[in-house]
Amino acid sequence: MAGEAQTASEYIKHHLQNLTYGKFPEGYDNAGSWGFAHTAQEAKDMGFMAVHVDTMLFSIMLGVVFLFFFHKAAKYATEGVPGGLQNFVEWVIEFIDSNVRDSFTGKNPLVAPMALTLFIWILLMNLMDLVPVDWLPQLAGIVGSGVFGVDPHHVYFKIVPTTDPNATFGMALAIFALTMFYSVKIKGIGGFMAELTMQPFEAKSLPVKIFLIPINFFLEFVGLISKPISLSLRLFGNLYAGEMIFILIALLYGSGLTLFVFAGVLQWAWAVFHVLIITLQAFIFMTLAVVYMEMAHHHH
Amino acid sequence: MNINLTLIGQSITFALFVWFCMKFIWPPVIGALEARRKEIADGLAAAERGQHAQELAEKRATEHIKEAKGQASDIITQAQKRASEIVEEAKGDAKTEANRIVVGANAEIEQETNRAREQLRQEVVVLAIVGAEKVLKREVDKKVHAATLNELAAQL
Repeated sequence: MAGEAQTASEYIKHHLQNLTYGKFPEGYDNAGSWGFAHTAQEAKDMGFMAVHVDTMLFSIMLGVVFLFFFHKAAKYATEGVPGGLQNFVEWVIEFIDSNVRDSFTGKNPLVAPMALTLFIWILLMNLMDLVPVDWLPQLAGIVGSGVFGVDPHHVYFKIVPTTDPNATFGMALAIFALTMFYSVKIKGIGGFMAELTMQPFEAKSLPVKIFLIPINFFLEFVGLISKPISLSLRLFGNLYAGEMIFILIALLYGSGLTLFVFAGVLQWAWAVFHVLIITLQAFIFMTLAVVYMEMAHHHH
Repeated sequence: MNINLTLIGQSITFALFVWFCMKFIWPPVIGALEARRKEIADGLAAAERGQHAQELAEKRATEHIKEAKGQASDIITQAQKRASEIVEEAKGDAKTEANRIVVGANAEIEQETNRAREQLRQEVVVLAIVGAEKVLKREVDKKVHAATLNELAAQL
């Protein structure tokens, strides 16, 4: 547990709060200046003008790790006998490539690298969920109080970027922007608008067609918007729930020897099961992104 | 759980990562994979071609051997024929030569015989004349009788 003085509720809340750097809003002593939020309320009050430092830090760090190793393999890639790293990278890339080929029939050099980035990056971010929930936040607390002289209870540190809706929505938004761009590019504005307004209800005569436009548009628009939302919420929800269970299991450690052992077993079991979820969610996110790109490239 | 600038930050980060991946990771690895696939395919094709060529060469070699064998037996047959022809020719030549020698010898023999006969005749004439001279020396005129005897000798 993070500290003796904390109640269970405080402990959970502490674990679910991002390290937020933002602009203090009106009503604070230091309104208008930028700084770290010390409480969840402060972070909330900062509104949109704030950055989750921990999310950004870990996502960029993991992305760089991924790109570093893959780039290293790519730079020395030979057509001869591959080394260990190249072998692994080739295996991953062939896996992604065959998956993309299965679900994407258009010609776009962006889609396969996008799928690779999504899969590995999300997998790595999800993997952070397996690090025991207290290790890095505690370390951050020690560093925060030791180096910066802040109350460790006010140092928030959330190490799984995919449990931050900003991260998942960010990716989904980028994918949504890409699908919109390619929809317009491939089908033209007219074609794209027709797709939004001329189906699912079709009619032969012009008046009926015009009459159906609002209904069709409403249905299609909801469908269009629901894609990025469901994409990001699926990943976020799964990982957030998993994280929450790890936190709840961690709470058991402080409640006597029997529960300590029980919690240990539970944590191990949940981690094993979670490996499945982690991989599956990364794969689902990637596949759906590719499918959305495919839909953007084809008339239907 | 607050939505804030992180959202935009994450979108940009993601876009940059995808760009980097598309630019520096995907093409070389896929290129290497393609190149290797092609190399293997080429190797297999070359192996097949080699096997095919070997089969063809073996076939050709067998044909050559067969042809050479045929030619050799032809040559031998011709040689044998020629040899017997030469023998026959030689036999014919020898016979002609022998005949020629025999004819020549016979002619020579006849010539010799004739010459000997002539000589003998001369000698007989001389001898007869000497004998007759000796006999008649005393009684017959040498000149008259010589004419008579020469006439006689011409009749021989």
